[in-house]
Amino acid sequence: MPRVTFTPNLKKHLDCPPSDMDGATVRETLDAVFAENTRLRGYILDDQSRLRKHVMVFIDNEAIKDRVQLTDVVTAESEVYVMQALSGG
Amino acid sequence: MSERLYVGTRKGLFTLDRIANGWNITNVDFLGEPASMFLQDPRDGRLYTSLTLGHFGVKLHRSNDRGKSWEECGVPAMPEGAEVPIMTMDGSPSPMKPASLSEIWALEAGGADQPDLLWAGTIPAGLYRSTDFGSSWQLVESLFHIEERMKWFGGGKDDAGIHTICVDPRDSQHVTVAISCGGVWETHDTGETWTLRGEGLRAEFMPPDLQFDPNIQDAHRLASSAADPDVMWVQHHNGIFHSTDGGHQFREIEDVKPSVFGFAVCAHPHDPQTAWFVPGVKDECRVPVDGQLVVTRTRDGGQTFESLRDGLPQEQCYDIVFRHGLDVDETGERLAMGSSTGGLWISEDEGDSWTCVSNILPQIYCVRFER
Repeated sequence: MPRVTFTPNLKKHLDCPPSDMDGATVRETLDAVFAENTRLRGYILDDQSRLRKHVMVFIDNEAIKDRVQLTDVVTAESEVYVMQALSGG
Repeated sequence: MSERLYVGTRKGLFTLDRIANGWNITNVDFLGEPASMFLQDPRDGRLYTSLTLGHFGVKLHRSNDRGKSWEECGVPAMPEGAEVPIMTMDGSPSPMKPASLSEIWALEAGGADQPDLLWAGTIPAGLYRSTDFGSSWQLVESLFHIEERMKWFGGGKDDAGIHTICVDPRDSQHVTVAISCGGVWETHDTGETWTLRGEGLRAEFMPPDLQFDPNIQDAHRLASSAADPDVMWVQHHNGIFHSTDGGHQFREIEDVKPSVFGFAVCAHPHDPQTAWFVPGVKDECRVPVDGQLVVTRTRDGGQTFESLRDGLPQEQCYDIVFRHGLDVDETGERLAMGSSTGGLWISEDEGDSWTCVSNILPQIYCVRFER
């Protein structure tokens, strides 16, 4: 099951501990997280369900390519990191 | 007179209280976060603070205990698939881009007879209503889907936005909103239907045939007098405008020293002849004229203006007061003014004299007295 870890900078806004979630794509994996943490969705995705401009997602140390549909593939062994970009501060 | 002032800044929400020898900062909430808009609902005392987080988007927080504690509530959302036009200046068809909320630019309470109703104006330009104290927001579809929206464009921001929502104290269903750049719109049925107003507003910066088009006007801020809500003042990108018929027809006032350019305007709550402005050098220069910060005030419905400068910096000053950086309390005696470079001044004599509370605050987005 892929493990999803969120930037510690989110902790001052809400709790979002690392979690193991099923999913074959970034979208499926994040949707599984959001199903258990509904507030978190608005911090990571905008109101058109795209990745926020100043949020980055890495799968096994590679930044994802599809920030709109979030179709990048996630495997059962993947480490997914949702990070705060250096832009936007 | 109001004894408490809230100041939304680039680095948090500051609360100031009037004590024996002046105004003191007594609390800071959301330290480090951009507190871009604030509302204290005079009907129930609830506080609302909008945060425009650089990474994680727009958030709205509510306090039911006068700021002792806060809880996150809902935010307006652009409809799924919504788009906004990208401005073209050559008349060619505007390309479109997905609409996504970038800022809550206005927060206002409904009328006394609408105790559950809150209004929010956003960038991109959307008007929203909440009837559950901000827990959820509903788009006013009638204004969002109006054909003219495709000709609105950003003024100072990338996209058009609603920065002013005036609820008529005589009739809560009568609401006037102002849009940069999308003119002045009026509803008499709480947002079911809308009429474009603002005849007489002039946009010198547009091509000649479009200069008087009401739909593209950049009203930086609109204020109406509670004493006579038909009296409206607009601090426009192009200058100062005055209406005595609820914003249907405006008269341009061109000869105001030191400048007619500015962003903020406040109307006296008890004297419809009196209003205040904070002038600057147009357009993108945006500094006080000659490095001297002044407030201009009319007491005769715009026939004459005086420059008020007692207590304000008169040399090497580069403070600009943006749209929501000026407020007057419910008596009309106390004014507060916060600047782009963290200057905060308060007047307790209708602007005749000013006291600097601080000139080292973060950038100030909005000032609002407790009501």
